[in-house]
Amino acid sequence: MSAAPTIAIIDYGSGNLHSAHKAFERAAREAGSDARVSVTSDPDAVRRAERIVLPGVGAFADCRRGLNAVPGMVEALEETVRGRGRPFLGICVGMQLLATRGLEYETTPGLDWIGGDVAAIAPADTTLKIPHMGWNTLEVRRAHPLVAGIPTGTDGWHAYFVHSYALTPADADDLVAVTDYGGPVTAAVASDNIAGTQFHPEKSQKLGLALIKNFIGWRP
Amino acid sequence: MLKIRVIPCLDVKDGRVVKGVKFLDLRDAGDPVECAIAYDAAGADELCFLDITASHEDRGILLDVVQRTAEACFMPLTVGGGVRTVDDIRALLLAGADKVSINTAAVKNRDFVKEAAEKFGDQCIVVAIDAKAVGPGRWEIFTHGGRNATGIDAIAFAREVVSLGAGELLVTSMDKDGTRSGYDLALMRAIADAVSVPVIASGGVGTLDDLVAGVREGHASAVLAASIFHFGQHSVGEAKRHMAAAGLPMRLDT
Repeated sequence: MSAAPTIAIIDYGSGNLHSAHKAFERAAREAGSDARVSVTSDPDAVRRAERIVLPGVGAFADCRRGLNAVPGMVEALEETVRGRGRPFLGICVGMQLLATRGLEYETTPGLDWIGGDVAAIAPADTTLKIPHMGWNTLEVRRAHPLVAGIPTGTDGWHAYFVHSYALTPADADDLVAVTDYGGPVTAAVASDNIAGTQFHPEKSQKLGLALIKNFIGWRP
Repeated sequence: MLKIRVIPCLDVKDGRVVKGVKFLDLRDAGDPVECAIAYDAAGADELCFLDITASHEDRGILLDVVQRTAEACFMPLTVGGGVRTVDDIRALLLAGADKVSINTAAVKNRDFVKEAAEKFGDQCIVVAIDAKAVGPGRWEIFTHGGRNATGIDAIAFAREVVSLGAGELLVTSMDKDGTRSGYDLALMRAIADAVSVPVIASGGVGTLDDLVAGVREGHASAVLAASIFHFGQHSVGEAKRHMAAAGLPMRLDT
């Protein structure tokens, strides 16, 4: 294959992919990568891709149905990500779909690539608003190439969150970073070549671009 | 810790910023995309475009503005004004908006809020509430820029749209809007305390202390302002540093 490597952003009818597309293009350019970024609903394009991104906004069950509705896509993901170990990034509900189950409105099976449930966040301080919406800092629980070089902790950079549910990994080793919202809330997970962020890197200005560049250079 | 958001709002008519934005060193002060880029660089936490184009047929111009903004600014963008149908919402989200603000259509048809939230998720449906005081501790919903009374109680309406799936409320006091005398803090607090979702305070900001009061006394999660930023009275960065100095959690790493 002589063509430049591709980063495939999967289009399965969930929300706005325009800004994700542009953010990945810019990060690739700034990282000096010749990777081409494509938004696609073609399972074969996913099979050919060097890296795969699964975005997602809305409700867990809707997103799962949307993904199932693209013929051959779940199979292509299983084959390419799990089978061939290509680097994978899930964003927001795209990250939640990695879980065993989603418990939003109804119990829905996830991809089960990262064991655990997606459940409503329940801050200890009940006056805190839901959704958890806005800019928050990250606290790293396990060093990982995705967050390398990004200032974290109370005085660190900020990521943009908007969610009412969160994935709690069954295995604490899969937890890369949390954010504080009336207690720790999962912000990033990873297991082997599979990673995900609850926040939106494509909306998180410099932290987001730094994380996307890390993803583009990641060799799991 | 979650930070308080500062949101500059730009009124857009026929693809141009109305009144212009005076302080920014722009080639063209009327171009919303240039304004958005400048606010992004200045540390705005989100941006809001309010489309006041009279004709619904000219929506294509707004979609182009949203699309070009989303290509240049990697930050959250809310777009409102004339959002009436599920197709309007879909078009804005596909162009690059993250949230869509619904005003008159929500008052006319409460089910539209439910339909929109079910289709696109609570997190992207903002209901804009324009309210006027009608007695002590009582506010009523107005539509069409404050011209039309509806007889609907603002607090009851706020609770209802949240139960139908609104993920955030943008509350504007029509008594205060444009007066530069501060937010209607009693209105903000009454609504913020009545609902579980974040409230954005709007209407009346004249000083940076008004922004602090909107959070501290109005219990808002975010503060929206237009003229204090547009006319160079204060920069977004100044506003955020002032709020941080007053003890509010702010994002200052931009």
